[in-house]
Amino acid sequence: MRLDPRLTQILAKTLLWALTGFTLLILLFIIVDISVKGLPQVTPLFLFQNPQDLGRAGGIFSTIIASAYITGLAILIASPLGVGTAIYLTEYTREGWATRIIRFGAECLAGVPSIILGLFGFVLFVMKLGLGWSVLSGGLTLAIMVLPIIIRTSEEAIKSVPRDYRTACYSLGMSQWQTITRIVLPSALPGITTGIMLSVGRSLGETAVTLFTVGAALRTPTTLFDSGRTMAVHFYILAREGISMPNAYGTAAILMISILLINLTAYTLMQRLMKRYS
Amino acid sequence: MARGKFIERVLFFLALSSISSLALITFFIFLEGLPLILHTGLTDFIASSHWAPTKGHFGILAMIVSSILVTLGAIVLGVPLGLSCAIVLAEFSPERLKRILKPTLELLAGIPSVVYGFLGVIWLVPLIRDYLGGPGLSLLAGSLILGIMILPTVISISIDALTAVPDTYREGSIALGATQWQTVRRVILPAASSGIITAIILGMGRAIGETMATIMVAGNALKLPASILDPVRTLTSNIALELGYAAGRHREALFATGIVLFVIIMVLNFSATLLTRRK
Repeated sequence: MRLDPRLTQILAKTLLWALTGFTLLILLFIIVDISVKGLPQVTPLFLFQNPQDLGRAGGIFSTIIASAYITGLAILIASPLGVGTAIYLTEYTREGWATRIIRFGAECLAGVPSIILGLFGFVLFVMKLGLGWSVLSGGLTLAIMVLPIIIRTSEEAIKSVPRDYRTACYSLGMSQWQTITRIVLPSALPGITTGIMLSVGRSLGETAVTLFTVGAALRTPTTLFDSGRTMAVHFYILAREGISMPNAYGTAAILMISILLINLTAYTLMQRLMKRYS
Repeated sequence: MARGKFIERVLFFLALSSISSLALITFFIFLEGLPLILHTGLTDFIASSHWAPTKGHFGILAMIVSSILVTLGAIVLGVPLGLSCAIVLAEFSPERLKRILKPTLELLAGIPSVVYGFLGVIWLVPLIRDYLGGPGLSLLAGSLILGIMILPTVISISIDALTAVPDTYREGSIALGATQWQTVRRVILPAASSGIITAIILGMGRAIGETMATIMVAGNALKLPASILDPVRTLTSNIALELGYAAGRHREALFATGIVLFVIIMVLNFSATLLTRRK
């Protein structure tokens, strides 16, 4: 029996839309469940008090500091490397063996799972270089993790700046470097910021890497060589060891909502840039 | 001009950071793990299921099988769901709705894996335990959670593949009297197939490399699973669960587990790169 093509089309479209709706429902469910159970825990005291009794009581202040410290360091290391790579790939070379190797490196690095990065950071930074479980070990490892994100978005952003801008600069007698620093980079800035913000989101949510490079010590890290416990690791330990479900939900809510807001802003910035130059 | 050359050198040096990081990672994982594989013998390492680090038995077959099964399960759930979203967004949805739906679905990528694992434990595991039996923490739970986690990868790469198909294909097909769905099924999907396969391969890479969510929902038992309701321990879980206290040969064995995982992932990435390049 052969169905009427128009009927098949209606059936197929209904099914595909239903599956899309289902996917959206999953997302909605995750956000609502975490927010509804987590947000009531979030009081000023929860945000600005250190965890007490392994996290059964008190807040999550020290874990926020640790997360911010490590993420900031990772971004500080990865941004010049990533943006530099993107400038080199877009402005200085023609496609050839060098760009192919660089792109291959970035693509493969993007696919390396975080547990492998965790192993690597643990053996090189924590053990061999003797940095121990520390903010520095964590920052360095996370920098490697977010490098491909920064390279990809910066490259896309720089490419979106119209050719004419560069031609106009050269005709005014500006050097290539002046053109890049005064015209190309400022125009591409929203896109580069997108990459950096996505990297912040990625670093904040990362658990496997930080667990093995920064540790799980409940203290407020002050120097680069202090160990600490990030929000994501704190949440993992609270949940897995069943220490405190309300505090686990509260930590998850802060973590998830801040990452989602960061990602949403990053996405809007990139859209605006693409619209301006297309 | 000398200054220009100097700047170019510096930028080239910065640009080598990603490939040199990759080389360093490969070097150190192999440096730490290879001695154990040489000591135990590759076949005893990957073809035995006897993992008893304190007694000197390092066989990871059960974990390799579990990792593969969990990943296949994730593909069975994630690919139809992700591909449906991609087709709807690229072909059926009005432009204005697409502009809202696409960034919304991309939010799935931002949710940390620990949160996925946590919700799996809270919601999914009890459901499986109560309605299907077994301990709940299982191969099935792992597959379902990973299936959701690979959605952003599958969706975004599939959308790119679908939108890369030229509009003349669509117009030609419609002009011949085909319906929109016939066009998608007979023209667009075949034309975008290499991109969609890339999406599936990269989705597999995501699933097999995921650690925290798997540890939380898959049960971590050290044996070959006999049913989808059995608890399993994947390669990634094995590393993360034991690295905290392992020493000596035991630690080497965890790095060796990392080598196996790393090789699988690189093979997947490499085939994905080859597929896109051929196009």
